[in-house]
Amino acid sequence: MAKKKTIRTIPQERTPMREQDPIERARNFKEVACGYSVEDALREAERCLQCADEPCVRGCPVSIDIPAFIQKITEKHYHGAYDIISDTNLLPSVCGRVCPQESQCEGVCTVGDTLEPVAIGRLERFVGDTAIREGWASVPYIEPSGFRVGIVGAGPAGMACAADMAKAGCEVTVYEAFHEPGGVLKYGIPDFRLPNDVIDAEIEKLRRLGIRFQCNTLVGRLFTIEQMVTEMGFHAVFIGTGAGYPSFMGIPGESLNGVLSANELLTRCNLMRARDFPNVDTPLQPGRRVAVIGAGNTAMDALRVSLRLGADKVSCIYRRSKTEAPARVEEVHHAEQEGIEFHWLTSPIEILGDEKKAVRAMRCVRMELGDPDESGRRRPVPVAGSEFEIETDMVVFAIGTNANPILGQTAKLKLGKRGYIETDDHLATSIAGVYAGGDIVTGAATVIQAMGAGRKAAAAMKAYLGLRDTDGVYAPDDQDPSTRRFGIPVEERGFSRVRLP
Amino acid sequence: MDSTGSQGFEIVARQDFSDVTFLLEVRHPMLARAARAGQFVIVMEHESGERIPLTIADFDRDAGTITLVIQAVGKTTREMQANCRAGTELYAVVGPMGIPSHIGGKKKVLCVGGGLGVAPIYPQARAWKESGAYVIGVVGFRNRDLVFWEDKFRACCDELIVCTDDGSAGIKGLVTEGIKQAIAKHPDIEEAVAIGPPIMMKGCAEATRPHKIRTMVSLNPVMVDGTGMCGGCRVKIGETVKFACVDGPDFDGHLVDFDDLMSRLTRYRDAEREALERWTESCRIRKDEEPAMATSYLADTPSTDA
Repeated sequence: MAKKKTIRTIPQERTPMREQDPIERARNFKEVACGYSVEDALREAERCLQCADEPCVRGCPVSIDIPAFIQKITEKHYHGAYDIISDTNLLPSVCGRVCPQESQCEGVCTVGDTLEPVAIGRLERFVGDTAIREGWASVPYIEPSGFRVGIVGAGPAGMACAADMAKAGCEVTVYEAFHEPGGVLKYGIPDFRLPNDVIDAEIEKLRRLGIRFQCNTLVGRLFTIEQMVTEMGFHAVFIGTGAGYPSFMGIPGESLNGVLSANELLTRCNLMRARDFPNVDTPLQPGRRVAVIGAGNTAMDALRVSLRLGADKVSCIYRRSKTEAPARVEEVHHAEQEGIEFHWLTSPIEILGDEKKAVRAMRCVRMELGDPDESGRRRPVPVAGSEFEIETDMVVFAIGTNANPILGQTAKLKLGKRGYIETDDHLATSIAGVYAGGDIVTGAATVIQAMGAGRKAAAAMKAYLGLRDTDGVYAPDDQDPSTRRFGIPVEERGFSRVRLP
Repeated sequence: MDSTGSQGFEIVARQDFSDVTFLLEVRHPMLARAARAGQFVIVMEHESGERIPLTIADFDRDAGTITLVIQAVGKTTREMQANCRAGTELYAVVGPMGIPSHIGGKKKVLCVGGGLGVAPIYPQARAWKESGAYVIGVVGFRNRDLVFWEDKFRACCDELIVCTDDGSAGIKGLVTEGIKQAIAKHPDIEEAVAIGPPIMMKGCAEATRPHKIRTMVSLNPVMVDGTGMCGGCRVKIGETVKFACVDGPDFDGHLVDFDDLMSRLTRYRDAEREALERWTESCRIRKDEEPAMATSYLADTPSTDA
C-alpha cells in the first residue's frame, strides 16, 4: 500500500478537461467538453485523499461510493470503477456530464477546503464513457420475482426506478409519450452537452436488464393509472412524468410570431433535429437576434443552441444578478466564452411586433436588488424610468415550468395546490401501489435529483411488494445504520417477506 | 421494433375523397378503445418526419382501428398522400390527446363541419345522437365532387344540410348559410359545434353569437409534442392563455381570439413553403429518372408482418 496521501503530496492543480475552442464550437453541435484521457484521469484520481470522512458520498443524491471508484481508477482497474458506480448509478456518462457537481459531491470535497476539489464529475464521465466504448454492462444475475412494474415516463426518474426494479427481478415496462425514450435528456439537453448516442448507449444498458420501453404511449389518455393497477396487471406503478408545462410571463406581445418557450426551441432542435431542416421535416424559425429570458440551465441551453443555429447576437435577460443565476457555474462560463451577451438585472415588460405580427424588439426595465424574499435571494425591484428597448426577432422564455396537467385530469391522484402530485415521505401517492418522483412531485429540479427520487421510490416499491433488497449491499456494523444507499432500514435488508403476486 | 423503441402502426385501409383529401384507417386497438369524440392524435410518417396533430375522425372498437382524414396541403401531408397505402406503416401514432368533447344534456344540437372539419365533426354528431339529442348536421364542400360521408352523416343526423360553394349539391353558399337556415327553422337549438379552418369557425361563432347559442370549436394550432410541453399551441381564450393540446382542443368559440390563432398558424409558413418546394422538386426529379416506375408499386398490398 502506498504512503498515505496528504494535501501537500497530491497534484495541486485540478486537471483541466480539453474543450473545443469557443469560437469554433459556438457554430457546431459537437460536444464542448471533450472528456479526460487515461492520463488525465489517472492524474486527477491521484488528487483524491481517500479521506475517512467521505463527505462526497453524502453530497451525492444517489450516494455513489466515490472514493472507492476513484481508488479503482488509480489502480487502473477501470471496469472495477464502473462496477462500483453502476451499483448505485446506471447512467454515469449522463451524470458525469450534467450533474451540478459544484453544489453536490465536489462542493463538499475535502480537497476543496484547501485546493480546487477533485473533479469527480469528470472522472465519473471518464468511467462511463470507457464502459460504453468497451461495451461493459453490469448485468447481474436476476431472479424473477414474478412482479410486474409499470413506469410512466422514460426520463431520468423513470430510468433510475426501472433499473432498480428490474434488478430486483421485476418485469418492467416503461411508457413514454414521445417516439423515443430519454425524456429531458433527449428533448431538452442539447447534443453539445450530452450527445444523443451517449443516452442511447445508456438506454441500451437498461434494455439489457430486461426493461421494455414502450414509446408513443400517452398514459392518462391511452389508459389511466388506475387501469394499470386494476386491468393491466401491474403490481406497482411509478410516475415520473416531469413538470414540463412551460411558464410565460403574461406580458403584452407573447403571442407574436417569434416568441416561444425554451422547451419548444429545444425539442424542435434536439429531439426533432430541426437544425437539419429541410433534411428533416420539423422546422425552426431562424432567429437573427435572439433574447432568452431566464438564467437557469435551460436558459443556458436555449442561448447556446440559438447561437449554434446561426444567430448573430444572442442575449440573456435575467432580472437578478449573476450571483443569483440558477444555472451551473460552468454553463454560464461556457456561454460567456461563446459570446453570449448577458443583461443582468433586466426584466422584460413588453414584446413589440411589426405589421406582420413578428417580433421586432423587446421593452425592458432595469432592476436593482432589494431585501431578500422567501427564497432568501434578494428581491429584484424595477428602477423607475429605466425602460429601454432591445432589438430582437426571437424571444425565448426559459423561466421555469409548471406541473403537466394530464395525469391530474385523468387519475384520481391527490394533487398539491400547484398541480404537483402529493406523496408521503416514501414517495407513495394517494393510490395504493402507485409511487411518484422527480419534477412531477418536487417541481423543476436536476437530472440527478430526479434519478435519486426514482431510486428512492424503487426502494419503497420493493418494500411495498415485499421484495428483499436484492442489491445485496449490507451495511457493516460500523456504518451509519440509517440507509446509506436505498432508503431501506438495515434490519429490513435481507428480510424476506415473500408475497406471491 | 427498432433500436429507438418505436414500432410501426399499420395502415389497414385508405380511401381517397378527392385529389387532396384522403382517409387512412390505422390499426391501434388500444387507441380505438380509448378514443372519444373531440380528441386527436399526433402522427409521424417516418423517422425524420414532423409530428402533426390530426383529429380522430372515427374509431371502430371492434375492428381495433382509428380513422384519420387528411388534407394534403403541406410537405408532410402530401408525402403521406404519396406514400401511405394499406399495408404500409406509420412510424408513430400517439394519443388520444386532448380533453374529450363534453357531450350530453342538450336536446337539440347543431354540428357544423367545413373543409377538413367535415371528418372530425362526424364522431361528434354520432356521439350527440347517442346521447339522445336531436342532431342537425351542416357540412360544407367546394363542390359536388368533393362531398363525402353523406350517408354516414344521414345515419346519425336527424337533419342534414349540405352546402357547396357553387351550389352543385345541397344549398349554395358557405356553412354559415346552412347555420342561418337551421337556426331559422329551429330557434330552440341549445348548442352548436363547429370544426373546420379557423376562418370558418370564426364565421360560425359570429353566426350563432346573436342567438346566444353556445358554440364549441376545435382548435388546431401548431404543436410539437401534444402533451403540454412545448407551449407552441397556446391560444387566447377571453382574457386567458390556454394550451390547445391539454386544455382543449375544444373551446367556447365566442371567447376564442381567432385572429391571434390565424396569425400564429403562419409561424412556420416560410419553412413550410421551402420544404414543400424542395419535396416537389425531388419528386419531379425522381419521376424523370425513373419513368418506368410502374403503378403496381403503389398498389395496395397486404401486410406481411401480421
